[in-house]
Amino acid sequence: MKLFDIAHSRTGDKGNISNISVIVYDQKDYERVREYVTPERVKAHFKGIVNGEVVRYEIPTLGALNFVMQDALGGGVTRSLALDAHGKCLASALLAMDIPAKN
Amino acid sequence: MRTIRIGSGAGYSGDRIEPAVELAEKGNINYLVFECLAERTIAIAQNAKLNDPTKGYDPLLVERFEAVLPICKKNGIKIITNMGAANPQAGAAKVREIATRLGLGKLKIAAISGDDVVEALKVSDTKILETGAPASSMADVLVSANAYVGAAPMVEALANGADVIITGRVADPSMFLAPQIHEFGWSQDDWDKIGKGTAVGHLLECGGQVTGGYYAEPGKKDVADLARLGFPIAEVSEDGAIVITKVEGSGGKVTEHTCKEQILYEVHDPKTYLTPDVTADFSQITFTEIAPNRIKVGGVTGRARTDTFKVSVGYNDGYMGEGQISYAGPGALARAQLALDIVRERLKITGVKANELRFDLIGVNSIHADVLAPAPEPTEVRVRVTGRCDSMKEAVRIGNEVETLYTNGPASGGGATKSAKQVVAMLSALFPRDKVVPVIEYLEA
Repeated sequence: MKLFDIAHSRTGDKGNISNISVIVYDQKDYERVREYVTPERVKAHFKGIVNGEVVRYEIPTLGALNFVMQDALGGGVTRSLALDAHGKCLASALLAMDIPAKN
Repeated sequence: MRTIRIGSGAGYSGDRIEPAVELAEKGNINYLVFECLAERTIAIAQNAKLNDPTKGYDPLLVERFEAVLPICKKNGIKIITNMGAANPQAGAAKVREIATRLGLGKLKIAAISGDDVVEALKVSDTKILETGAPASSMADVLVSANAYVGAAPMVEALANGADVIITGRVADPSMFLAPQIHEFGWSQDDWDKIGKGTAVGHLLECGGQVTGGYYAEPGKKDVADLARLGFPIAEVSEDGAIVITKVEGSGGKVTEHTCKEQILYEVHDPKTYLTPDVTADFSQITFTEIAPNRIKVGGVTGRARTDTFKVSVGYNDGYMGEGQISYAGPGALARAQLALDIVRERLKITGVKANELRFDLIGVNSIHADVLAPAPEPTEVRVRVTGRCDSMKEAVRIGNEVETLYTNGPASGGGATKSAKQVVAMLSALFPRDKVVPVIEYLEA
């Protein structure tokens, strides 16, 4: 299954840094998402787009994770040559991540 | 317990206008806030002001004020906005002109400036955060430098009876925080309250993004009536209690999940959300639906603010050229790839000097690069080539090399477009708080 099936997401931008939230629809899926969607997996998932460090913050009261990705926007929103200079579509790419189905 | 209602009339400078009119007419609000200043907007406005000293405020200021000012005046709603951009005084003068022209009677308008620190920065050894270089080393390319000022000058203007406040660069949440401090007499170092008031600002500053905009996922996250999306209202009480809602009967929805997406939008460490007013802490935040489209916010606090203001720095960063052309039907992808190869070689043969080039296939890899598994061959592909150059003349040549694919490239290319523009890019710095002195001027209609 895809992360898309159990979580939703929104991307924000500040300079050359992109942040992506991952929010579970149902709190019972939070622990499994927290265990599987690690900063290392996110960094590997965005190979070729994110060149810098990926840091993850946990917000259990929201059933949410927040990934902060350095050097992720082609030099920054205001100078990037990318079609989606804000990286607004990156949230969708993260939700395409495969996640093991529940045992 | 006293409660006020604050409406958010715009989430960015080009936002829809009628939802703000709806808020003013039916929202039973006390304050209407318009956030219209993106990172780069002020640098562009600065250029407009250099060309004409009566310009440099938001290009939609007149249209927005003509639409909402008569209703706000009638209903006693105060307006706060950063539509002053690079020239708050000129923006305020324009608002006075509109009030007089529409015969609205007495109106006190405050223009808040002092955020412009470009001259100070040109001779400063303040480090640019992204590059580590001293700001003075960029003096000849600097276009603008504006400090994100906090709520304090807006609170003062409200205390002096302003009906309309026009600012330059201020932190977005501060525009929503100011009326709360003013109405409830909160101390500006009551970090817990200032943190709560900042959360209100953060949730509302992007307009429809908390009422179901930027949220819909058909079949999974459906949102009704996005063409009539209602903009948000915060009900705030003296003790810092918060409810997020919207105009009854408007499109969209306010749910726990729309609020969850927005509170993390453009946030890094949720425990440390830095503004000029406070270090807000959203790490324990909760959202609870108390009625349809009414979400109670809890668990927010704050701690002391930092000693510096963030400054956004605009600079001339060369020229960007772009060209696009489409291919469709069987073999579209192969023809599009051939087109890219041809342009790549042409740019070399003709000696176009670009500092950076990018070759995309829209519909294939322009957004997600190679993150996703390859899809079956698309029936339409759009070729896109972009590059950054030192001169406009060079930048124009990039689009030209795409356009000439019409008669020199693969079969059946269509819909070619090209463009070239000057790039004003943004960096940031931290500037000592005491070196930024906000200035408030009052105009009366």
